Amino acid sequence: MLGLNAKDARLYIIVLVMLIFAPFFLNPFPETSGLAQFNAGYPDMMQRLVIFGLFAVGFNILFGLTGYLSFGHAAFLGVGSYAGVWMFKLLTMNVLPALIVSTIAAGLFSLLIGYISLRRSGIYFSILTLAFAQMCYSLAYSVLTPITGGETGLQLALDDPRIIGTQQTAEGNIPVPHLFGLPMNSNTTLDLGAWSFTFSVGYYFAAVIFALAFYFTIRLFRSPFGLMLRAVKSNQSRMSYTGLNARPYTLAAFVISGMFAGLAGGLMVSMDPLAGAERMLWTASGEVVLMTILGGVGTLIGPILGAGVITYLEAIVSTINSTILHEWFSGLPDGLENFMVNILYPFVGKGWHLTLGLVFMTVVIFLPGGIVEGGRRIYGLFSRKRRQSDATPPNAAAQPGPGE
Amino acid sequence: MGILEVQNINKRFGGLQALGNVNLEVQEGSCHAIIGPNGAGKSTLLNVLVGKLIPDTGSVTFEEKNVLGRKPHEINQMGISRVFQTPEIFGDLTVMENMLIPCLARRDGSYSLKAFISIPSEKALNTEAEEMLDEVNMLEKRDMQASSLSRGDKRRLEMAMCLVQQPRLLLLDEPTAGMARADTNNTIELLKEIKDKRNITMAIIEHDMHVVFSLADRITVLAQGTPLVEDTPENIKGHPKVREAYLGEAQV
Repeated sequence: MLGLNAKDARLYIIVLVMLIFAPFFLNPFPETSGLAQFNAGYPDMMQRLVIFGLFAVGFNILFGLTGYLSFGHAAFLGVGSYAGVWMFKLLTMNVLPALIVSTIAAGLFSLLIGYISLRRSGIYFSILTLAFAQMCYSLAYSVLTPITGGETGLQLALDDPRIIGTQQTAEGNIPVPHLFGLPMNSNTTLDLGAWSFTFSVGYYFAAVIFALAFYFTIRLFRSPFGLMLRAVKSNQSRMSYTGLNARPYTLAAFVISGMFAGLAGGLMVSMDPLAGAERMLWTASGEVVLMTILGGVGTLIGPILGAGVITYLEAIVSTINSTILHEWFSGLPDGLENFMVNILYPFVGKGWHLTLGLVFMTVVIFLPGGIVEGGRRIYGLFSRKRRQSDATPPNAAAQPGPGE
Repeated sequence: MGILEVQNINKRFGGLQALGNVNLEVQEGSCHAIIGPNGAGKSTLLNVLVGKLIPDTGSVTFEEKNVLGRKPHEINQMGISRVFQTPEIFGDLTVMENMLIPCLARRDGSYSLKAFISIPSEKALNTEAEEMLDEVNMLEKRDMQASSLSRGDKRRLEMAMCLVQQPRLLLLDEPTAGMARADTNNTIELLKEIKDKRNITMAIIEHDMHVVFSLADRITVLAQGTPLVEDTPENIKGHPKVREAYLGEAQV
């Protein structure tokens, strides 16, 4: 199907189904139940899941395939965001030109940074990209205030030119980003008994972009180009004695992943047209590294899972406060209730990073291949059991393919 | 005029003269062995030929084109392949993928950004890679990860990767080091076949005199970075200077 082998096609269909039905299965708990706060099926959350998934999938093209660990990818996300907002300010509130310009701007920017940083490899490459990203952050925060809005961030205003389209709405408000008239923030709600599901234009638009980008990624993984990128990671010296120049390959991978980051940045401002410098901070770069490693480096589905887990933890765990904790343990005797709340309190609310850290450490220590490896082990366990119960053992053992 | 001409190569590492006035001429279609005690400069010479090291003075020409100053991948694209002393393969990839990389390098040059073609659709390349694997008796191992191969298989894979590029000069750095006698004999047979059937010129570094005398047409003896003698195997066998060089090593 679509030039994919059976296994990849199956994976792609699963991802498509997940994208389409996300509003349902991310909202498993009825609105009225106490567990409703664990629901992630609201538009803002789903958009974040898809956008960070896109960011991580792109990052994985560089880190997962070539092994070059960039610590500055948030800079490209930031450049994409600024470029997108500027398109909203100058040209039109339609999101398509904004996304195209975001991607191109981030691509050109990553070409420059990649050209310089890829002269070194290993830790020196990581430090170079980190230095560039921090420079971008500082510049955006101070010197470049006319372009970036500095501390307050880049916002839309009523007197922006917006050459094509309206400067302001009839009510005198700033117009919202739209796709040929379809506003990104419009949504419909479906009430089914105690459940309520929200379908938003913004989410489904982001999901379509993600699906296209993910298709491109699968094709790239299975192409001669993808093979060469894995060769870079495996043995660069053999590569050069086989007549191959690694530099154009690594640079192309760097630019492609930079463009993915720019596209993610453009999508962010399409959902909420505001770009701030903190998006370029090194913690944001570190987060995408965590997502990729948590999910499974060099696998197709891993970065999506990692991005999902981290985005979900951030959104859900950080909203739990001591009142909610007290509610949970209200059935216990007073002393025990306070004890439990005091133990759990550091891990929730502002302390959600502590939870993330524990999850990350557990995964890296026990499953070096990330969540994907966990899935494989469980699958292997089940298929072994099935084989034992079968009278005739299957002749082919399930071997995990590279980049599965 | 040989296919490979090395003239007046000098290379110093600090106070050590690794290569001093090395001249070498490899005739097309021949197998030229370079022997000498440890530290004689054999590997340094090979590193100069593939572009890993740049000598202080001298010139190297391959098919009358200058080699020095070019990058390793450019030299390979000229038609020079190298088999390393410890096999250099893509350990993370499968045997078949290892074979496809040199096939792609030969067809598409030193880089090509084909991100939208699937590898199975490259029928001609896949057939070519499979045929080469079959020739070295490794076809049944095509889906194994290369790092899990035995040392001998890694060597055969590396050899196959070099051969599938159809080089005009094959450089071999101790291709039988650490092999059992039976494996050594297999390698000798394989190399003889390569030489006769494919007409590939070979330059070989080897310590095992059995291998050298079964394969070589010409032998150059290096000692302390300088060629002592160059002659046919028959004349080298009884040469007093050669005995001296090897005995000298033994006394140290």
